[in-house]
Amino acid sequence: MSVISAYARALAVQTGRAQPVATVRHVHLSATPMVFIPLKLAGEAAAPLAALVGTDPANPRLLVVPQPRNRDLRFAFMAELADVMLPYVESFAGVTETVEAKTPYERSSDAPQLLVPNRGGIAFTKLLGRSTRFRRADGPYPVHPSVPVLGQWLTFLAERAEYAGSSALVAMTEALALHWATGQSPMEDANLATQLAWIAPPAGQNGPEAALAAEDPLTSPPAGPETHPDFDGQVLDHAIRAYETSSSPAQVREALRTQLEPTWTLMWQAVRLLRELPEAATVDARWAKDRDQFTRETARLADGGFPRGRIDGAVSAAIRLADLESALQTYEAQRAFDDPLVMAEHRVAGKAFSGEVVAVDATRRIVPPGKTRAAPRPLVTIRTSDPVRLSPGKRLSSSRNRKQKTEIVSIAGDLVVIQINDQMGRGSTPAPGSVPEVGEIVCYAELDPSGGQRPRLPSGEDTPWTHGGPPTPYVPTDEDAQEAWS
Amino acid sequence: MIALTPEQAAADATAAILADFTGGPHRGVIVDSPPGAGKTTLVVTAAMTLAGSGERLMIVAQTNEQVDDLTDKLASKAPGLSIGRLHSDGFTVPSRVTRHPGVTASNKIDQVEACTVVIATADKWAYVSERTWPWAIVDEAYQMRSDKLLAIAALFDRALFVGDPGQLDPFSVVDTERWAGLAWDPMQSAVAVIGRLNDLPVHRLPVSWRLPASAAPLVSEAFYPFAPFRSGTAAADRELKLATAGFPVAWDRTLNEAAATGWALHELPNRHTIRTDAEAVQACAGLATRLLQRGAVAHDENDTHPVSPDRIAIGCAHNDQVAAIRAAGVPAGITVDTANRLQGREYDVTIVLHPLSGRRDATAFHLESGRLCVLTSRHRHACIVVARAGIAELLDNHPSTGRVQLNVPVKFPDGWEANHAVLAHLSDHRVQA
Amino acid sequence: MTRLDTLRGPAAPLDHNARTIAALAVNPGCDRRALLDAAGIDKQKTATHLGYPAPFGQSPFAITRAKSFDALVKANGCAHLLRLLRHTLGLSISEASYSDISDVGGNDNHQVRHTRTRALLKRAATDGEGAGTLFDHPLLKLGVAGHQVYLEPAIIAFQIEGRFHVVEIKSFAVIDDQADAGQVAAAARQSAVYVHALRALFASEGLDPDRVSHDVVLVCPKDFANHPTATLLDVRQQLAALDRQLSRLTRIDRILDELPVGITFDIETQSPDEPSKAVSTVDARFAPECLSSCEMALFCRAEARDSGSTDMLGRTARDELGGVESIPTALGLADGSRSASPEQTEIAEQLRYVRRIYTEAVA
Repeated sequence: MSVISAYARALAVQTGRAQPVATVRHVHLSATPMVFIPLKLAGEAAAPLAALVGTDPANPRLLVVPQPRNRDLRFAFMAELADVMLPYVESFAGVTETVEAKTPYERSSDAPQLLVPNRGGIAFTKLLGRSTRFRRADGPYPVHPSVPVLGQWLTFLAERAEYAGSSALVAMTEALALHWATGQSPMEDANLATQLAWIAPPAGQNGPEAALAAEDPLTSPPAGPETHPDFDGQVLDHAIRAYETSSSPAQVREALRTQLEPTWTLMWQAVRLLRELPEAATVDARWAKDRDQFTRETARLADGGFPRGRIDGAVSAAIRLADLESALQTYEAQRAFDDPLVMAEHRVAGKAFSGEVVAVDATRRIVPPGKTRAAPRPLVTIRTSDPVRLSPGKRLSSSRNRKQKTEIVSIAGDLVVIQINDQMGRGSTPAPGSVPEVGEIVCYAELDPSGGQRPRLPSGEDTPWTHGGPPTPYVPTDEDAQEAWS
Repeated sequence: MIALTPEQAAADATAAILADFTGGPHRGVIVDSPPGAGKTTLVVTAAMTLAGSGERLMIVAQTNEQVDDLTDKLASKAPGLSIGRLHSDGFTVPSRVTRHPGVTASNKIDQVEACTVVIATADKWAYVSERTWPWAIVDEAYQMRSDKLLAIAALFDRALFVGDPGQLDPFSVVDTERWAGLAWDPMQSAVAVIGRLNDLPVHRLPVSWRLPASAAPLVSEAFYPFAPFRSGTAAADRELKLATAGFPVAWDRTLNEAAATGWALHELPNRHTIRTDAEAVQACAGLATRLLQRGAVAHDENDTHPVSPDRIAIGCAHNDQVAAIRAAGVPAGITVDTANRLQGREYDVTIVLHPLSGRRDATAFHLESGRLCVLTSRHRHACIVVARAGIAELLDNHPSTGRVQLNVPVKFPDGWEANHAVLAHLSDHRVQA
Repeated sequence: MTRLDTLRGPAAPLDHNARTIAALAVNPGCDRRALLDAAGIDKQKTATHLGYPAPFGQSPFAITRAKSFDALVKANGCAHLLRLLRHTLGLSISEASYSDISDVGGNDNHQVRHTRTRALLKRAATDGEGAGTLFDHPLLKLGVAGHQVYLEPAIIAFQIEGRFHVVEIKSFAVIDDQADAGQVAAAARQSAVYVHALRALFASEGLDPDRVSHDVVLVCPKDFANHPTATLLDVRQQLAALDRQLSRLTRIDRILDELPVGITFDIETQSPDEPSKAVSTVDARFAPECLSSCEMALFCRAEARDSGSTDMLGRTARDELGGVESIPTALGLADGSRSASPEQTEIAEQLRYVRRIYTEAVA
């Protein structure tokens, strides 16, 4: 959290309403997102209890496990969930576009997007994936053939959610927190109902009143995956007993519907609020990455790809870490360049500055270190009132040309001198427009949208002795397929 | 049993390390080196020993500065040795390296691979392939992230891993628990991974030649509870003298205390402040200025010399604090930097802006024992800590609700305890401003 | 009658358990909590009485699950447990005896059970036999703020060859060798309380306290099954924190000294708004994290909100605001409607700058 968002929170308290911390929308919003609100049974690791799921706000599908301790009913639930989710996911696989690249390739024109209420929803999605992807439709404990496929897709989505800037599986509270600061703490923002109460209080109420009201578990049941202990004790327990005596799930369904529907309404309200924000410039580029990965996973599964193993080997862990770091670095830079309010956080921190160009030495040529011939290295002097805390030599980027590399030469008083290192054309003097001009308002930041380079790593089978030697590649086993789920 | 002199203890340790590395059955040997324990000397000695018996070796360090320092020292000690300094494109090799006739500097491996010793950063080594060396020395291995070692481990058969376990752990901007508990968790240090996956001998250097007798016991106890070390010098070997008597003002009293005892806590009134607390910043810059004005002279086991600006450092936790202190007017030549960048460096006097000064709550970042360890173990003579009063209460009020992951070795020392230990010691050297 | 008894009123003091003692470390800077705990006041009841019932509870399903898992681990003379101990501690335990100390010959009196616990543990520690022994429900005592309190015996003490381990059974799952880091941390803090108490018992019996291992055996369900797995948990850091917290409890006297004379939190005999006023005389150190750990949290939050305290925005926001304690002050400094005290010069300057670029960017 930055002092900007702390200030915005304070302002929210004063005004009684959440305040913006972004001017544009930084998450992709599908035309047809699928909202998924899962509930689990308290005390169990991954016992699904119910879910409200669908793409039509007016027509959610309620799935329940009337006796959550019954393994067969759990698998029936998963098969039913597959029945809703797989057609949705697979509907995006068929339509592709050709991507112009060095080697042109096909990419899905669109991809599935799953919206869950909170972080817990993502964690539970991952657990559901983990507990079903190894299952098999044959053998001693067969499940419906769609169950392991669903497990693979849930795993794929949950793993995408680890990448900064991915919109494949989004926790709604986090998406909202990217755009609004409420008058409560970040911890309390994990409660979708109170967070939304601050952002869009019902008519006649202010944020704090609405948030307080939204803490009442009777009107705003928890958004899951945990249910409220009082609900468990006073309602659900009886309903499950009723199922056991009558074999009719009606009472359980009704009980769980009351717990899920308020959150369903909130989820779509949040979608509407986010849609009202104009989309940020690089959202599309990041969504293209999600579509790339979706295209690959589709192909992998079509080739009969194994379910992902339980753990990463040394090499795959290192590769993934590099990719996660690169995605985060790119995302942070893109977000700042897309949005002056996000950039403001970097300016306050002294890692970016904005100001007017007061002098340009466009014809300057020097012999760069390690080179033998002189090359254009223009100097640009910028006057800024920002508290710049960068030292000479720091590499900077700017939204006027995100690919252009520049570095700080000197800082004296309110004058910052930067040197431009590339993207100036092939001529002996910089191409027109490639260097800022006097009078232009510019903003430079110590942010790199390129995401850096992935280190060269050995292949998994060449894992060196230092890291335990080559791991045994994961091959699914019968034991995995029959893993207990009690 | 007759107690060994520091020289004997250090020599014994070095001999045992070299024997284990060059003649032992293991592919790797780990050497834990506390601050100023002669790590570089060990690396140079090991390199010369191997080169002397006709072996080729590669040396890996983490930053260009470390590589240049090592190259310079190695070339000075062994002028006849052919050393290849491999660097990245666009890097200017400093003159302290290029002045040695035995050194070949290049950004291409084929230009330097014929040298007996090839030395480069881990990042640069990662771009070398299809070559191997029988021996490697990995310096600052505790600051190297596991994935960096993974990228270069195929280049060598056997390696000596040298580093300081008490300093800052490697860092990732990504906050994930995905690999928690795995022996090869890529977010750990290189040493943690090799140690967990291979049964390797661990040696340690037992003597700090940098830290004075006034500092070694505290640093050892607070930051190296299970690997104690001692100072190589006696109290009488080091003396810091201030040429002028000074005034009865807080800055001068603080300097007097530091000169007399090796430690001073310059304590400002208790208050919650922003990170760039102007008073604290001013005190750091002012103490450095006064130290020069009063003509500090350092006497040690080697010589007597004036404490010039390049022998003084001001250390803090955050970059904005560095910028603020520089802006407050620090005499030219004095180093002002964050703990991360002060790792491995040495000065006569250090001035430290305490990471917890002026804070209401501590965070894991501010409590990290490595940060305080770096800051309080760079000096040969004296360390002055600038802090707001109230840190003891802050520590006492700190909620210990950290997350605990299964199968992750517990790291010692705990930052909270180390901070308490240092603070308890400093309270005997308090000067109230 | 001590001052603490006066504070509590006629209600019987609440028993401590490992959870309440471990909770001392969760917000040690809070005088209000420290005092209520020291006086053995029922915070749950008090909060409800004040109109702010605690925001958490436990699901009956979770309780059932925990009980059935506990029973499973201990079934057939702790067969599962012994198998796990062999595996986890690498022990060759041929067999082990099992003693349950939950009641002593039908007597469940604390003193009797504690005496029995002491005697059994001492005998196990001093007789030379190496055979394993499991002591279920050992009733331990601990000095807290000058009082000896009994700890609810929710563990097993395991002894082999003179070395003792605390075995803690928890019903959260260990999936692919990892568990929820928050729950593991809580378990580690609680186990540390038992290790501490066991060591205290050893010391008072003239035995070497280090014979109680700092490695606790944590038994949890494995993956998605009901099947138990065991993991060793090193609790040295939690022990160090606990030692320090316990030694600090003497400050209760300092808090008491600052209280108005004759004050009481008694909810049974006072009129409804009296206890609320009384509780408010003791400073709280509210942080949003309290909402998941302290029964009084909603009361303290309301208080923070009423006073416009920056505490309600969370610890990080409060630190970012440079220690300014109230939201109106922070905003007043930002828009210049409030002049800065000399101590606030810097934060005021920063807030004015923040306000300017924030307003610019939002416009």
